[in-house]
Amino acid sequence: MLLYALRRLIYLVPVAFGVSLLVFALVHLAPGDPISAIVPPDAPQEVVDKLKEYYGFDKPLPIQYLRWLAVTLTGDFGTSIGTGRPVATEVASAFGNTIILAIAATLLAFTLAVILGTAAAYAKSRIVDRLVTLISLMGVSVPHFWLAIVLVIIFSVELGALPPMGIGPENSTGWRLDGPHLAHMVLPTIALSVIPLGVVTRTVRSTIKEILNMEFVTTLQAKGMRDGQILRHVLKNAAPTCLAVMGLQAGNLIGGSILIETVFAWPGTGFLLNSAIFRRDLPILQGTTLVLAFFFMLLNLTVDIIQTMVDPRIKRN
Amino acid sequence: MDSLVPIEDRGGPAQPLLLASGLRKHFPVGGGLLGRGRKVVRAVDDLTLSVAKGETLGVVGESGCGKSTVARLLIRLLKPDRGTMVLDGDPVDEPHGITVNELRRQVQMVFQDSYASLNPRLTIAETLAFAPKAHGLPAAEARERVRDLLSKVGLEPDTYAERYPHELSGGQRQRVNIARALALRPRLVILDEAVSALDKSVEAQVLNMLVDLKTELSLTYLFISHDLNVVQYLSDRVLVMYLGKIVELGPVEAIYGNPQHPYTRALLSARPSMDPRKRTHEAPIQGDPPNPIDPPSGCRFRTRCPFAEDVCARVEPLLAETGRQEVACHMRVAGSGHSKAAA
Amino acid sequence: MTIQSPSLELGAPLVQPIATAGGRSYWQSVRRRLRRDPVTLICAGVLVLLVASALFAPWLGLNDPYKTSMIRRLYPLGSPGHLLGTDELGRDMLSRLIYGGRLSLFMGVTPVVCALLIGGLLGITAGFLGGRVNMLIMRVMDVFYAFPSVLLAISLSGAMGAGAENTLLSLTLVFIPPVCRVSESVTTQVRGFDFVDAARASGAGMLTIVRVHVLGNVLGPILVYATSLISVAIILAAGLSFLGLGVKPPEPEWGLMLNTLRQAIYVNPVLAALPGVMIFITSICFNLMSDGLRAAMDVKA
Repeated sequence: MLLYALRRLIYLVPVAFGVSLLVFALVHLAPGDPISAIVPPDAPQEVVDKLKEYYGFDKPLPIQYLRWLAVTLTGDFGTSIGTGRPVATEVASAFGNTIILAIAATLLAFTLAVILGTAAAYAKSRIVDRLVTLISLMGVSVPHFWLAIVLVIIFSVELGALPPMGIGPENSTGWRLDGPHLAHMVLPTIALSVIPLGVVTRTVRSTIKEILNMEFVTTLQAKGMRDGQILRHVLKNAAPTCLAVMGLQAGNLIGGSILIETVFAWPGTGFLLNSAIFRRDLPILQGTTLVLAFFFMLLNLTVDIIQTMVDPRIKRN
Repeated sequence: MDSLVPIEDRGGPAQPLLLASGLRKHFPVGGGLLGRGRKVVRAVDDLTLSVAKGETLGVVGESGCGKSTVARLLIRLLKPDRGTMVLDGDPVDEPHGITVNELRRQVQMVFQDSYASLNPRLTIAETLAFAPKAHGLPAAEARERVRDLLSKVGLEPDTYAERYPHELSGGQRQRVNIARALALRPRLVILDEAVSALDKSVEAQVLNMLVDLKTELSLTYLFISHDLNVVQYLSDRVLVMYLGKIVELGPVEAIYGNPQHPYTRALLSARPSMDPRKRTHEAPIQGDPPNPIDPPSGCRFRTRCPFAEDVCARVEPLLAETGRQEVACHMRVAGSGHSKAAA
Repeated sequence: MTIQSPSLELGAPLVQPIATAGGRSYWQSVRRRLRRDPVTLICAGVLVLLVASALFAPWLGLNDPYKTSMIRRLYPLGSPGHLLGTDELGRDMLSRLIYGGRLSLFMGVTPVVCALLIGGLLGITAGFLGGRVNMLIMRVMDVFYAFPSVLLAISLSGAMGAGAENTLLSLTLVFIPPVCRVSESVTTQVRGFDFVDAARASGAGMLTIVRVHVLGNVLGPILVYATSLISVAIILAAGLSFLGLGVKPPEPEWGLMLNTLRQAIYVNPVLAALPGVMIFITSICFNLMSDGLRAAMDVKA
């Protein structure tokens, strides 16, 4: 098991290099000279040249990449062009806020999904099944940023019950576990959880349905096992596939949060990324993308390993 | 393009139709960083066989002994790691011989009726016409040949040509498989478990059809199966495989009447008898089939052989003539060091 | 945003003969099944309506979607002359929604089609050839897979700058890896079937084998997957425009409209939500059609 985990980790290294290459290339995808993002177009030539030398833009591309890689690996992600603060600090605090939202949404979505999916798979009445299928279809099809706006309209504008944006009341600097902060979290969490809810509900329902049709379930029933105990067996069999999908969704949540955070002005990595794009703050853009991508990779790795632990049949090579 | 007439005989009856020497095929097994594991499955190891013109050579062995790999090597669906093949005097895939494509004009294979031995999206006619058309036969002639093939295997062309595989029964699909193998008018047909998936009554029909076709089209068969009775019924000579190696080889009467190798004996005595008086008292073979990744040293059968001795672990027995057949066993070779061997 | 991987969906094996009566070919029975499915038909109808209205917009006698008016801003629904009201710059909502459909649909469908061509080609090649080629292609795809799709789209668009062409490019790049992965997986499965071996043993050329034997069995599942991507693409394209990274104003596009109308949620909330309704409906229809297609092709006989 440990060996498998180690092998997978080593296997990630070339991918990680590829990712870093891609992130590095992002800057050079940008139209025009990277320098033009930093200095106004009418800057004197010596300033431009000095900055070029400072940032290393005068060296050939492979050298630039290696220098950037070396520096980044030490934890120095550069300095934000907009705020002048180290990128690493900005990303770290933003990341914390995103994680809070992500965890809340994940808990909500997965719990509901398992309950709904199991109920639909077991339900004798077609109405329940249809209802759940409808819910999951909605979840999958809805543009979540639009849903966020609708939620704001209903709960903030019309009802005035929940705050429409921000992480906390006016003077709050960060997140705390208290009433007002939780109130700020409600709408973004719901909006964020909708798509994973839809996807996982579908998966849970179809997986459990498949398993219920398998012969071993009939055998267990014939042996006189109680339904509750059979359910445990069924869930254990359903776990690997469902975990895999959940893992995938959790990762996508990181990406999906970008849009939600923008709607709610939630100061997470998505919001940071968005503002960085508009300020043409390339160091922040690079740093945030890099961190998010690596987090996603590690998350997938963890899910893979957990899946292997739970399902002994899988022998990945 | 040639009009796909059967290829003429070249060397005369004495020359073997197919001679394969020293064939080896190892499959790497995962593990290691990029799939470069140090483990290999030794599917076929240093195997030599010859098939005479017009005979039926039966190949028997348990699952995992490598017989399917041999089939695929002979038709070059797999490339051997080592070894040569000579078809009626012409070396295969070598500078002065014939190409693999030319080999395929003369050697064809009938697959087991598995779930996907026929393309579910093509009609029977399209499936049968594929090979001839790929070799340049014009559409009209291909259509004619399809009808001809279907009649030969006992399927009424008008009924079956436009059907799809899922509309056919197992026996009918197998007839189509056979027809497909005959589409290019080959000389050697390899039948890899061709009747294993069929019901017994259907199996009997198909076997009889195969016998008739052999005479009618002057074919040579290589018949691979794990069913000893069927092999006995069809074959002139029989070859027994174990873990990638040949352990016994000879005329069918000799193998079945007087098996020399302990493994052959065990296989034959494992067949249930129809005679209720003949009871089986003990398991014919002990032990579990060993791992083809790490075959035992020396004689590969020694871990399950009741007569294994030191020499069996140290020295690998080679095929040697004993009477009417060849056996790879130290007990049958004089002076091998085995206690049961002649001195 | 999610791109589902069908390899995680349980179900019958991807290649399966359908029990049909009397020699109907596979695609004929798929068509017949589709025609009998009411949900798919309704969705197809709705989509045809949407597409038609988008295509023939200039001839529908609508108001000019670009004509602004400082006086007639944010009129509610049902106002005279403006069936669905006006937006924050006084432009007619109905015509902007219909014209917006052109860009939104185009931005959703085109990247998927391109990704289908490129990713499908790469995946089938990787699946059929196996070995080193397969490893090379799939490892490159893995690098892109390391990013959540939304992140990749936004980063690419963010770096390249706003604009419809850049959005098309970045979305295509985002969708190539999943299509490639699905194609490779299906092709590898088909490649392992005996009839492909039989085709190889017949001495036919590689391209012929792929054309006759592989494609027919592989295109179905790939197409189903691609159609399920369209709804994702539409939402993603709208999302990019919403962030200001996609289509630029004053072009009508549903995502962009959602953004610009945000300021109106206190004044005329229904209006502000309208463009999203269009996205929602379109997305549902594509999803249902994709499901219907999969059901039609994937029968447990």
